[in-house]
Parts: sequence; C-alpha cells; structure tokens
Amino acid sequence: MSVQSPISSVNDFVVRFANVNGSGSASANELFARSILRHGVPVSPRNIFPSNIQGLPTWYEVRVTEDGHLGARGGVDLMVAMNPQTWDKDVASIEPGGYLFYDSTKPMPTSKFREDITVIGVPLTAITNSTYTDPRQRQLFKNIIYLGALCALLDLDPKLVEQLIGEQYKGKEKLLSSNVHALHLGRDWALQNLKCPIGLRVKKSDKVGDRIFVEGNSAAALGAVYGGATVCAWYPITPSSSVAEAFTSHCKKYRHDPETGKAKYAIVQGEDELASIGIVIGASWNGARAFTATSGPGISLMTEFIGLSYFAEIPAVIMNIQRAGPSTGMPTRTQQCDVIACAYASHGDTKHVLLFPEDPAEAFEFAAAAFDLAERLQTTIFLMLDLDIGMNHRLCRPLKWDDAKQYDRGKVMTAEMLEEGRDFGRYLDVDGDGIPYRTYPGTHPTKGSYFTRGTSRDRYARYSEEGAVYADNMQRLVRKFETAQDMVPRPLQANAAKPTKYGVLYFGSTSPAMDEAIGILEARGHQLDRMRIRAFPFHSSVASFIADHDFVYVVEQNRDAQLRQLIVNENGIDPVRLVPILHYDGTPITARFIANAIADHQDHLKVTPLRKAVT
Amino acid sequence: MTYIAKPKFHHPGLKKNELGYTHRDYEGKISTLCAGCGHDSITASIIEACYELSIEPHRVAKISGIGCSSKTPDYFLGNSHGFNSVHGRMPSVLTGANLANRDLIYLGVSGDGDSASIGFGQFAHSIRRAVNMTYIVENNGVYGLTKGQFSATADRGSKSKKGVTNTDNAIDLVAIALQLGATFVARSFSGDKTQLVPLIAAAIRHKGASFIDVISPCIAFNNHAGSTKSFDYVREHNDAVNRLDVLVGREPISVDYAPGTVQVVEQHDGTRLALRKLDADYDPHDRLGAQTFLQKHAAKGQIVTGLLYVDPDAEDLHTHLDTVETPLNTLDEKALCPGSAVLDRINASLR
Repeated sequence: MSVQSPISSVNDFVVRFANVNGSGSASANELFARSILRHGVPVSPRNIFPSNIQGLPTWYEVRVTEDGHLGARGGVDLMVAMNPQTWDKDVASIEPGGYLFYDSTKPMPTSKFREDITVIGVPLTAITNSTYTDPRQRQLFKNIIYLGALCALLDLDPKLVEQLIGEQYKGKEKLLSSNVHALHLGRDWALQNLKCPIGLRVKKSDKVGDRIFVEGNSAAALGAVYGGATVCAWYPITPSSSVAEAFTSHCKKYRHDPETGKAKYAIVQGEDELASIGIVIGASWNGARAFTATSGPGISLMTEFIGLSYFAEIPAVIMNIQRAGPSTGMPTRTQQCDVIACAYASHGDTKHVLLFPEDPAEAFEFAAAAFDLAERLQTTIFLMLDLDIGMNHRLCRPLKWDDAKQYDRGKVMTAEMLEEGRDFGRYLDVDGDGIPYRTYPGTHPTKGSYFTRGTSRDRYARYSEEGAVYADNMQRLVRKFETAQDMVPRPLQANAAKPTKYGVLYFGSTSPAMDEAIGILEARGHQLDRMRIRAFPFHSSVASFIADHDFVYVVEQNRDAQLRQLIVNENGIDPVRLVPILHYDGTPITARFIANAIADHQDHLKVTPLRKAVT
Repeated sequence: MTYIAKPKFHHPGLKKNELGYTHRDYEGKISTLCAGCGHDSITASIIEACYELSIEPHRVAKISGIGCSSKTPDYFLGNSHGFNSVHGRMPSVLTGANLANRDLIYLGVSGDGDSASIGFGQFAHSIRRAVNMTYIVENNGVYGLTKGQFSATADRGSKSKKGVTNTDNAIDLVAIALQLGATFVARSFSGDKTQLVPLIAAAIRHKGASFIDVISPCIAFNNHAGSTKSFDYVREHNDAVNRLDVLVGREPISVDYAPGTVQVVEQHDGTRLALRKLDADYDPHDRLGAQTFLQKHAAKGQIVTGLLYVDPDAEDLHTHLDTVETPLNTLDEKALCPGSAVLDRINASLR
C-alpha cells in the first residue's frame, strides 16, 4: 500500500481528459467545465490538441479554481484516461496522491498503474454496449456516461448539469432526454459501486459573478462587428480560422438589412494570405473597414503588402493568432513568437502598431479599437492574440459597448472640404502629428485624386527619387509613429505592497499566470512591481518603469526574448537591466514556472556584497 | 514615371461628350514609356473608350500591379484615383476596392509578367470570383523594365533580342480566362485601335469579370525578327473573328452591314453590342466553341482577335455575396454596430 495519502481539495484542482481526436469527447468535456461554472466556481479549460482531424491524441484540461487563477497550473490531480495510446504518459503525469479514472471493461495488468495514486475503474464500454446498439451512439454516449460518473465522484449537482444539457438541446427533446439518461447511467453506477465523493470535490460558491465564458477568437470577431468592419478576407490557418468563422456567424445574426435581408458585409475566403491582405488593402484604400485573421506563416506571406500599407499609408487590421514557429512550427501549440516579425514586418525601415490583449474581453475591445486606430493612423494595426487566448474558453468580464461612441474615420478630406479650396497633399503633414489627409476614390470630379504607389513620392503624391524628398517622408512616418504612442492602450501598472527595487514586464496571455505568480512570490518574500504592456509603440511610462527599478524581469512566451529586444532597441535600455524569463515549449506559461524562475534569479542576487564580506 | 507636367490648355472648339467633357479631361500625365510603345496606344484607346461612353472620369478606379504596363494608369484619367500596388497583386487589391464601393468602375491594368507569372494565381481567382471589372493585360511577352527577359506568355520557339530561344510553353491568358468562367473575353492588338476601343467600351459596360488580352509589342526588347509579339508578326498572323460597335442609349443600330453579318448582343445595362462578324461561323455565346476555335487557330499559328465570348446575363461577386446596394464604405455605426442591448444578450448567452 502507498503511504501517499490521496489529495484532498475543494474547488481547487486540475482534471485532465485524455481522449482520441474525433471521438466526440469535446462537447462532453466542455459540458463538464460549464457545469462547474454553474456551481459558482471559476474554471479555466484548455484544449491541447494535435494538428490532426481524427485518431491522434487530444487532451482537455480543466483547472477548477475558486481563487480565480485562470492561467495553466501544471500537473494533473485527476486523469480521465480514455486513450490507450497515451496511457503510460498520462498515468505518469498524475501528481502523487492524485486520481486515475479509466474504463475498466478490459482488465489492466497492475503494472500499468501506480501505487501512489487512487485508481477508479468504471466499465464504461460494458455499460454503453449493454444500453446502445448503434456504434455512433455508443461512442457519443460513452462520453456522457463518464461525465455522469464524474458528477458522482466530484459531488457535482446533477440538476445543474441537466439544466445545461437542457439549454444545449433546447427544442430537440429526443436528444435531450437521451443525454440526461446517459448522464444518470454513469452517475448511478458510480454511486452504487464506488466511494463517492473522492478527495476532490466541487462545492457551490459565488466566485463567478457576472463574468462570461468565451473564446478569444470569437470575442475578437465580435469586436470587428462592433468596430464596423465590413470586409473580411482570410485564408484558413490554425489557430486563426475560427476568427473568420465567428465573424461570419456574428454577421449572419447582426449584419443583415432588416428590410431587404441583404448583407452589410463581404467575406471572401482568399486563395492565399497574399490575396487576403491584398483585398484588405484594396478595401481600406477605398474607405471600408477591413481585416484579415492569420497566424505566423500568414504574416510571413503578407509582409510585402504590410510594407505597402506602411509606406503608402493605407489602413489595415491584421489579427495574428500566434502559434509556435518558426516555419510550420507547432501549429496547435501556443507562443508569443511573432512580436519582432510584426513590429518590423517588411523590407526597408518599417514599424507597426501592435496591440496585446490579455483575454477575450480585451480582444473584443482592442479589435474594435483597431479599426479606429488603423483609419486614424492610416497604417496596419496588429491585434496580437495567441492560441491560448484565441482557441480556449476563458472566463472574463462581460463585453461592454457605449452606444454614444462614434467611429473615428480619421483624416478624410470630403468633396465639401475640397470645394472650399482646402490644400490637399496626400502626404502633407498639416497638423504636425505626421498624419496627412486622404481622399476616397470617386470623391470629386476635378480635385483630390492622387496616384497611390509603393514608390517614393513627394508631399503631393508626385513620384520623386529626390533624396531630400524621400527623407522628409520617412521622417514624417517617424513622427506619425510617435503620435501613435499616445493613442494606443496604455500599460497598466500595479505596485507591490512594499517598495521594491524589482519590477516585472509582461503582456498578452501571460497575464493570469503572472498575477498568480505575484502571489506565490510575495508569499516567498519577493516583492515585485508589475507592468502589463498593452501596445507597441511603447508609452513613455515603460521607460520610466524600467528606470525606477534596478532589475526588471521581462516574462514572455518565446525563445529569443522578443519583447525585451524591442524594448532595448526602441528605448535604448541597457540590456543587463532587463532579465528575460522565457517559456517556449508550446504549452501555456504557468505561475509555477514564472515564480520559480524569478525566485531563482532573486536568490542569486542575494550574494553578500564583497565589501560587506571583507569588513 | 512622369517628371514633366502636361500643359492644361487646349483648343476651345474641342468636341465635348454627353457630359460636357472633352477628350483632354480623360488624359493623364505624359507617358515615360519608350517612344512607340504599344502600351501608349492602349492608353489612348482607354481614353477614347471612356470619352465615348461619357463616363465621369473620377468615378473610375485604376488599379495596377508592377511593371511597364502597370505604370500606365498614371497616363490616363488624371482625375481618377489610381493605385500602382504590388507585383502580381492587382487582382486582390481590385477585388477589395470593389467590395468596398460597388458604385465605381474598376479598371485593372496589368502585364504578362504581372498576370501570367507572379500573379497567375490572383488573375485566375479574381476571374473565378466574377469580380465586376475590366481586366486588361498589356501583353508583350517580355519583361521590359528589367530589360528583356522572357515572360510566361512568350511563345515556345520565339527568340529574345539577345538571340536566346524560349523552350517553355506559353500561357494563353484568353484560353485560361474562358476556362475559369470569365463572362467577357476578348483579344486585341495595340496597333488596332478600331478594334480595341469598342472592346474596352463594351468590357466597361459589362457587369461581371471582363478580360481583354491586348498584344502590345515592346519596341525596345520584343520587336525583332524571331519574336512572335512584334508588330510585323502580329499583323501577319492576326485573325479577327469580329469587329464591334458599342451602342449606348436608344440610337438605332447602324445598318451599314450586309444582313446576316451583324449580330446584336444586348448587355444587362441596356448597352447593345453590334458585332460585325468576319468569320460567319463564329458564335460569341458558345464558351466551348470559343475554346475549340482558339486552340484550332493557335495550332495554325494564328492569333485570334475580337470578342471571343460574352455572357450578357453575367453575375458578379456582389450578387453572389448578396451585399446591400449602398456601398459598404458609406455605412456608419448606425448601420453596422449592433449596440449595447444586443451585447447584453450576447453576454447572457455566454454564462
């Protein structure tokens, strides 16, 4: 017998489902996560899936967290091992004292288990096969049966699960009742044959509040609807495809003319990423709000057009749902690895605006804001999500919209303004902010037309290869980028309880893990001020934050410390003062990882100064 | 491109079209292409076609890629917005522009390098998407700006100026456009303005993807003996299937032609195309027939010109996407934003 006592925890544990891709487990697993939410207990689920449609292993991890830690935790307390292919690895990943749930229809040799865990066998296949004859039903209901068994084992309220099933199959009575039946089959078996509940339990709480549960890609797409995007051109690529798909389904609901039924949007699936960005550039040049969604390889393909957008000053919004690179990399794993690729995309001297949302709520807000920024600044705006935010359901504050808000269409010279005799120079800096006026094609019969080109031109858009004229334009583009600094979302700073010499910079999906890590570090006696960067160009407060601290950790999810490079490069900071904390294995960063890495570094700093040691 | 400004004055008695515009109102800057370039003749034909159609010059958007041909939009319709975009990417930029504002006329100008090599994919996909546009390829079989390399439309066996023989098969963009479902397909020759001007006019009036391949000899790099895109070669091998007159409005069709040789095609917008048939058997409504006809003549070394195919009931991308009649670029927050009440409902559905 094991000396390890089973883990006992209420509302704070990690369940991992190991499934076979394409077995219909996804909806049952999501149902599990949602039912815990209905108990008023926050959860943070994550899909860990292969680049495959059927047959390869896939995992779904649910972190149950009454304290609301929405980052990945690491480790598994309860493994629902439904995939023989990954059995050994899955069993090995369970925390000592943890639990293993498996289908005990076929006997397993004892060597396949561990002594320091609790093994829970439910004859799922036997129960399923004795109830259903249709192979498809057998497959699908097996998932609901294990959900029922988990209900009993974790002490979930079956009424809340039934309610969810009811909402899901509203109007489809036959499906509804058969799902509820399967749920009870599993639950009853467990109650009759197993000791329920186990050490891990869900207890009703009130920690969810009015928060919503949504995927970042869907929220970003909704932001595009609210932000007034009318043209979307895209090419399928994981993990971004669901942005365009969600935009399509949102538009079908909210963007049809009530009288004529006609579409107030145009969505084109391009033949590649070059065409997608080309369509976006053409539409924006012609005064529509347009965007594309892609991932790293798509960004590489789009760079020539991104340079045109920068130099010819054409608005564009690109949502980059980052995945692990380089090249094809790990298409279904998360990273923040395109910071440099996007900030300096294209040949020649270029710089681009990047927005870094931390969760779906910010993805919605920043997506809508991106269209205002693109038209105001007449350049490409990158919305930098990643797979972790984009393709996972995340608990976040409700989405908000101010009905008084008007779109900022930027500096557009109208026929009336031209008629008044306003001087129109397409690249003329009339306001000192580096931003010129533009006209839409077809505005006026004799005034305001110009020739758009990627070649050098003067302030009145006339072709020129004069050195001084070229340099004048490039300088203005720098001024424009400086103007952008005060328009983009500002960094958010939170100071430690006690004054400290140490700070930490982070961005995007690292946010929940960072917040949790701060608590762990404080408990270990490490005080850190923190600043979450939300956009590039960096606001001046980033430089002052660094200046105010001896060392600043820069936490990011890539190998080469890309944000740190950008800060060093753009702000002329001594690199020694920026300590990289890097996580890049394709899994989401965890609080444990950040806390350990920072604590290690802090411990190394605690050497006694030589002078003190001598005296 | 242009360094010299074109003088604005003109003869006071210059003829005006229906809208009161003179020919000069459709001109652009002075061309910087080589003297005698076929592309400049195409520019002149575009100007002529727009003047004759009484198009408001500023309601045309001129979009091009990169190359000699792509420079030309600067040389016509000076009051229109032009966009000299990215090499081979004119079709996507034009598609986007068209989606943003369906009310303008879209003129895509490209070359054989731009459309048959680097932009072959975009050419194909814009045609299969039925973008409402006039897509003109100024085809000289050669890269002029980079000094004389073969392009993908250069015929197998033709000789470059440096004496190199092309061993690759040629792409016939007309054949491809027919296969991809273009609803207006024509070929012409830059040196044949009488044929070209009405073809451009008809293409502009056509609601759908119109494609015109215009053979346009490169005076500097592809006008020598051994070239199959030279003035002499094209004149000798040109086989015109028809001549076209475009009739806008209600004027009666001129009856200068012998009965049976004029075929009238009425387009969707009421424009009538009077086709003077030179080849009695040629039917411009038969896509399959056009493809066969083209291949047969190509095998004989003949370059077929004229209106090869037209579908008067063509549809375009906006029809397929069922977009609103109002141009998308004019819709405001009232039309586009679902508002906070809807958002509250969405929030509620996500709990």
